[in-house]
Amino acid sequence: MIPINHVAGTAIPFGAKNVDTDVIIPAHWLKTITRDGLGKGAFESLRADPDNIFDNERNKGAQILIAGDNFGCGSSREHAAWALLDMGITCVIAPSFSDIFSGNAFKNGILTVVLPQEAVDRLLDVAVDQPIDVDLETQTVTTPFQDRFSFEIDPFRKHCLLQGLDEVGLTLAREEAIVAHEAKIADDLPFLAHAG
Amino acid sequence: MTAQPKTLYEKIWDAHVVERRDDGTCLIWIDRHLVHEVTSPQAFEALRVAGRKVRRPDLTLAVPDHNLPTTARLDASGARLPIADPESAQQLAALERNAPEFGIRLIGATDAEQGIVHVVGPEQGFSLPGATIVCGDSHTACHGGLGALAFGIGTSEVEHVLATQTLLLKQSKTMEVRVEGQLGAGVSAKDVVLHICGVLRASGGTGYVIEYTGSAIRDLSIEGRLTISNMAIEHGARAGLIAPDDKTIAYVEGRPYAPKGADWDKAVAWWKSLASDAGATYDKVIVIDAADIQPTVTWGTSPEDTVAITGVVPAPESFADPAKQEAARKSLAYMGLEAGQKLTEVEVQNVFIGSCTNSRIEDMRAAAAIVKGRKKADNVRWAIVVPGSGLVKAQAEAEGLDKIFIEAGIEWREPGCSACLAMNPDKVPAGERCASTSNRNFVGRQGPGARTHLVSPAMAAAAAVTGRLSDARELMA
Repeated sequence: MIPINHVAGTAIPFGAKNVDTDVIIPAHWLKTITRDGLGKGAFESLRADPDNIFDNERNKGAQILIAGDNFGCGSSREHAAWALLDMGITCVIAPSFSDIFSGNAFKNGILTVVLPQEAVDRLLDVAVDQPIDVDLETQTVTTPFQDRFSFEIDPFRKHCLLQGLDEVGLTLAREEAIVAHEAKIADDLPFLAHAG
Repeated sequence: MTAQPKTLYEKIWDAHVVERRDDGTCLIWIDRHLVHEVTSPQAFEALRVAGRKVRRPDLTLAVPDHNLPTTARLDASGARLPIADPESAQQLAALERNAPEFGIRLIGATDAEQGIVHVVGPEQGFSLPGATIVCGDSHTACHGGLGALAFGIGTSEVEHVLATQTLLLKQSKTMEVRVEGQLGAGVSAKDVVLHICGVLRASGGTGYVIEYTGSAIRDLSIEGRLTISNMAIEHGARAGLIAPDDKTIAYVEGRPYAPKGADWDKAVAWWKSLASDAGATYDKVIVIDAADIQPTVTWGTSPEDTVAITGVVPAPESFADPAKQEAARKSLAYMGLEAGQKLTEVEVQNVFIGSCTNSRIEDMRAAAAIVKGRKKADNVRWAIVVPGSGLVKAQAEAEGLDKIFIEAGIEWREPGCSACLAMNPDKVPAGERCASTSNRNFVGRQGPGARTHLVSPAMAAAAAVTGRLSDARELMA
């Protein structure tokens, strides 16, 4: 996983609410057995409109997406996170995210920033023609107009994102605790310890 | 010292904590893991690249469902028919290669038990009350109908479970959705959960695990409870739960993977102790009067866009939130509907009865009861019934339900996810309308430009024979 700390520059002022993962990447793009190349299918139904915000010349190379409430709701497909990464997005700012999407984003090194609706509205206005600056270390989002918004993030997730850590590797290092629990389940709840 | 009263969720959670970190994150043991062909290839690939093994292959069950065509899988001689779409064939081949390579049990495309993972898990007794169950699919919430803590995960988490049999999670908040009273005649579990979607809206459950309680929920069959819990994700909840009771225990007993002998007795004793304690508190409580629930249909492009079949398409201005007004305008344009239009005047060209929400035997029976002695309406171009598993299909055929559908001009298919999501040949054409028993009416969900109305099996069957969205109660004997 690529470490992430500071993301700055053009932010796509998207803002739509309840954007589901079927919109982020439609199901017919899921028939892949690798993680790459999904950027061309990202937001396909919206990009059918030639004036769409994602293909606007100004937003070329943007690493930040500003979204609306409940971003990434619906299907658990991690392809949504892979599609955003493949488009170059490494940070999404929204008033809220679906639980599954924010987990998937984190596991792929995408920073999800939760800010109150008013702050997101302000950033949507600013991002139309100005850059946005997101700093994970200090947990702040700033603009050229002296706006400064602080955000909360789980300390473990922050640590992993800053270091680019692999969660599977971290958990495998807890082998002793896992073995102990496995033995406890076998004793206390033997009917769960094996299937059939 | 008296123990603190606990909710069902807290009891299951506590029994599965491997380790608790200072920040509250817990390493949670996973009892059962289901995998299918779409969200697993990249997880197996990552294991291979890192040289990692599957820690407990015996606790994972693989079943292909998402992109399998629902047409015949074998030719007259019993030979397997090829899958026309090369990408679907590639994903199926990957699952059939990965499962044996990593020592995982596979119910294959042509096995009698194959079906939608969320139908197969409970049916095989692989999914159990009190278990932690995960799958790379958001409708894993379904298994909560048995009282399992079940939720959807992404592919990186699939990899994490395969490698460690655990997941790193934060405990969710708890919400009780209590439905009290008796459901009206002709009101089904699907109507209940669509009604709840309307009350909670698409994000009302975000951050919560919902326990559905109350007499109306207790009165439901296990099939009905699976339908309710299945759609917990449609209000944003991580998982849904319904306390296991005698009905649950009777449902699980004797299934192939269910506990046997002394294990069974221990299991029953534990399951009976799982119900939320008197005095346990939830972070949020919603109370719904069962009498308020009518046969329900969606009008827009979010499962929260629900209305009673007796009602009209709402005006965007009727919503308080300006963002919702704008979303409603877009939805109506996409759906080709006008504010004030009566739902029962909306014609449909397609009917889909199936999906992990509504493809169990009870759903097949409810649809057949409406169709019996009637014919598909002429304006309905395509109507299909897709049983949730090979065993559901066999049971329905033993009861003669297949003949009822076929005689009415409705197709009877092989099990799979089918027209719930446009990943296999079963799709709804652009601009056409579909009365569908599935769980999502998102833009493009059933095919680019397809217009989905979510309904119960009886309501979908009513639409098939009348050619328009209809109040199934008027067709009930």
